[in-house]
Amino acid sequence: MTEQNTQHIVLQTRNLSIGYSSKKSEKVLLESIDLDIKKGEFIALLGKNGAGKSTLLRTLSKVQNKLAGEITINQKKLNTYSQHELAKVMSVVLTERLPESQLTVFEIVALGRQPYTNWLDKLSREDIKKVLHALELTNVAHLKDQPFYKLSDGQLQRVLIARALAQDTEIILLDEPTAHLDIHHTYKVFSLLQELVKTTQKTILISTHEVNLALKLADSFVLIANEKTYSGNASELMEKNAFSSLFPEELISFNKNLQQFVINKN
Amino acid sequence: MDKQTAYTKQFILLGIILIVTSMFNISIGSIDIPLTDIFKTFIGQVPTKSSWETIIIDYRLPKTITAILVGSGLSISGLLMQTLFRNPLAGPFVLGISSGASLGVAVFLLSTSFLGGMFSFSAFLNWGLPFASSIGAFIVLLAVIIAANKVRNTMSILIIGLMFGSLASALISVLSYFSDAEQIKQFVFWGFGSLGNLTWNEILIFLGIFIIAILGILISIKPLNSFLLGENYAKSLGINTRKSRNIILIITSLLTGVITAFCGPIAFIGLAVPHITKLIFKTSNHKILIPAVALFGGIILLLCDSIAQLPNSEFTLPINAITSLFGAPVVIWLLVRKKKIYI
Repeated sequence: MTEQNTQHIVLQTRNLSIGYSSKKSEKVLLESIDLDIKKGEFIALLGKNGAGKSTLLRTLSKVQNKLAGEITINQKKLNTYSQHELAKVMSVVLTERLPESQLTVFEIVALGRQPYTNWLDKLSREDIKKVLHALELTNVAHLKDQPFYKLSDGQLQRVLIARALAQDTEIILLDEPTAHLDIHHTYKVFSLLQELVKTTQKTILISTHEVNLALKLADSFVLIANEKTYSGNASELMEKNAFSSLFPEELISFNKNLQQFVINKN
Repeated sequence: MDKQTAYTKQFILLGIILIVTSMFNISIGSIDIPLTDIFKTFIGQVPTKSSWETIIIDYRLPKTITAILVGSGLSISGLLMQTLFRNPLAGPFVLGISSGASLGVAVFLLSTSFLGGMFSFSAFLNWGLPFASSIGAFIVLLAVIIAANKVRNTMSILIIGLMFGSLASALISVLSYFSDAEQIKQFVFWGFGSLGNLTWNEILIFLGIFIIAILGILISIKPLNSFLLGENYAKSLGINTRKSRNIILIITSLLTGVITAFCGPIAFIGLAVPHITKLIFKTSNHKILIPAVALFGGIILLLCDSIAQLPNSEFTLPINAITSLFGAPVVIWLLVRKKKIYI
């Protein structure tokens, strides 16, 4: 790898093993993961249910401990980041539902400014500007005084993305942000993320089951198939025949001409 | 920003209500003292009857201050627990802290027959009770914290708290079974709750602990707000969740322990007041909620105490009964009307 290339890599893993460990046993889900996530790319993380997508995202965001190997963010090892330092480099959008509270849209997005606010959580003028900007980028500014429980799933997802944007980090990880959405709103979220990568130069890594949409819109891919990970852009992965190993081929196969997955009819 | 001014107005209104209810609370009792005489006493003049001065300064004022401190302390504890456990049913009682305090008192009052004469000093009795209660609260809390650091899931911690509470209650039953009638009577009376037994010295101790708790609460506002998004989001926002959780648990046990020690287990306030406040202020932001809950708690306990006095009579009802009689219908009414409850 050349000197110039490494400069653009924001997130790197070397020989990473992920899974669950307890005192007595260790359950390895995936091992020897080598990823080079480039700055300013929209990356889709694809894999079957239970393949380890969420575990990988949780490990990359330090919610869960890695089993072995190295994760570096901007050439600095992940475990040397404090929780607070990490919050300024990486933000997340999780699958879990928010607890039922009376927070408004503005307040949720403003919580994204916590890594920068003082001990009493006072929003500066700069903070408020960034919150409003994030609300506008995600087209939810008109909802800002609504309590979040009144929002539709599609609106709430955009609010959560706005919160991650307000956190002003280089990297945003999203765990299945379109899980509860119809095809129209799914497309809206995907194109929003693609747009954000273009305009803000952020690096966005998203785990998703929307394989065909991801193939159309993502810059590159991380594939988890048969307990192995593959990464690269579409043509590189097609060369390795990686896409076809994603699903059992007798049911769903990858059509190279269409660059889409198709369901096999018998 | 107009929201800000709306809050300011609400706070000013609450402040005025607090002062009015305090005055009302001081003026009523077995002897009615007119408000003008209360003012006279406060500005250093002699009231119409000189005995009133003693009544106001030595009895009524300490009791009013105690009511405010107890009301706001329990309400804040309840709010912190509800947010920390993201469960609208959480409160000092649910975590077993109140039961722990009761166990401490039970051990102290009921085991005297085993330990004999050393408890006959009244000074020991005065100081031993709050001490035993705090120790009891603290032991249960310590057990909950240790358990909390082993299990990550807040729901499990809530259930563990409930279990410790039942354990404490069971131990109290066993102790009662082996105690004589006089001791049980003493324990039952403590269990009614009372705001009026504090001397000025005790109030100073109370106030000191209250101030320490407030400092802890101030540094917890930020983590509390982030907990509203759930623990994983809080972490991703740079919050040291374990440390914040421990600070919040310690504040709660300190407040609940001291309050239970001095005034008995006062039910309901810790659960009901945060919900009433949330329904009125329509916010989950702790910067607003904490002072609002504190003011509401003070006002409501003052009202309960005024009712308990049974104006113009010599009887005083147990405060614990009034808080439940007053609180339960209010919460039921609010829930039936609003249909939804938030953390």
